Order: sequence, then C-alpha cells, then structure tokens
Amino acid sequence: MAISADTPEETRNLIQQAGYTFPFLSDRPAEVIRRYDLVHAHAGADGRDISRPAEFLIDASGTVRWINLTENYWIRARPGDILDKAKLLQ
Amino acid sequence: MTARRFNWPLWAGFLLALIASFSYFSFFVRFPITRDFPWANLLLFVGAAILLVMGIGRGFARDRAHPTRSRITTSIVSLFSVVIFALFVFTIFVVGRWLPPSTGAPHVGQKVPEFTLNDANGKQVSLNELLATPIEGKPPKGVLLIFYRGYW
Repeated sequence: MAISADTPEETRNLIQQAGYTFPFLSDRPAEVIRRYDLVHAHAGADGRDISRPAEFLIDASGTVRWINLTENYWIRARPGDILDKAKLLQ
Repeated sequence: MTARRFNWPLWAGFLLALIASFSYFSFFVRFPITRDFPWANLLLFVGAAILLVMGIGRGFARDRAHPTRSRITTSIVSLFSVVIFALFVFTIFVVGRWLPPSTGAPHVGQKVPEFTLNDANGKQVSLNELLATPIEGKPPKGVLLIFYRGYW
C-alpha cells in the first residue's frame, strides 16, 4: 500500500489516471511519515513536508524484511526487483 | 554561402535543448529504463550540441549580413542552451540527492510503527488490521509499504 502527504482528493486523481487497485493512504500532516523518519521538509510543490521515497517489505508479524531507501529520488525500485524480494515472505 | 541565410542550426539546437530537458519530466520519467539514468535525454543534448556548433560556425561566419548582430545573437542563444543543459544535469544528479538522512527509519529486523490513516475514499485503514485480514481465506504473508513524494 502507498503512503504520501497528498490529500485523499489529490490521491484519487492519481489512482484514476494510473488505474491502481491497492490502497493509497493520505498522511497530509506527515505524522506517520515523521514516525518512520522519512520527512523531506518543505519539498512539496506548495512547501508542504512530504515523504522521501522508500519501500518497506513487512512480514505478517510486522517486522521489516527488506527496505529500499534510494539515494536519488529519481531512481526507484523496479516492480521486478520488489517481486523478487517478496519471495522472502514465503 | 549566401550572407542572408537564416541560422537554422542555431535555433534548432536551442529548441532541441529545450526538448531534451522537458521531455524527461513529461515523458521519459515514465519508463524506469530512461528514468533511472537519463541517457535518452543526454543523447538529445548531444544532438543539440551538434546543431549549436553548426549554428556557431554560421553565426560567426565573416559573410553574415550583420556580423556583429549575428555574433551577439549566436552567443546568447548558445549560452541559454548551455544553461538549460546545466540546469537539467543539476536537477537530476544533484537535487535528486538532496534527501534527509532518515537514520531513524525502521531497519531490517525491526517492527514497524503501527498507524491508521484514511484511504483515497476516506475509509480508515490500519496496518495491523490489514495484516490480520485474510485474503481469499488465507492470512496475508506481509505487506509492501510504499512511501512516495506525492502526485505533482
């Protein structure tokens, strides 16, 4: 599931355009983002705090099994890589 | 070479430099292979550079109708093109790395903080509930949490 500092309205636009089927959560005050220490202060288009890009693969007990924290936010994990890592959860 | 020819390589080079820059954000960024390293855009910049070199050759040629004006125009347009290239390189390779240290982010082996947030339809979703809710009768094996910058 995906989390950002966008409001539900902004996220609905994205989902409609891209056709995603998994949950997209809104963290406009960036509180959860802060708890995960991913805050990128004032980096949003309107100066809002946003999240730096990150993926966490979490198992059924809530433990982190894999994390991807990119060094350059233009570079993201590819779906094939993530599916490979998901095999860790078997 | 006639003296009145329009210096098309100069302007084509400038236009290509603009396209090389903007096409990354509007098009090439959608494909991981051209997004992770902007080789397609760098190739377009090479094309722009070739055209600009041709344009500089023409602009500084001795048989221009208005040699001084040609040199000034050629210099300004070439300079703008270089600035466009520099801004592009800076945005992708420098600004992209301006990220917080995030040393407090959960590590492998740690339990992640629980949370409850609203989804795009305003419905409350809790991490623990999601992990406890069976999918097609079976307990979930886990969840992939994707934090992203936002839609902009």
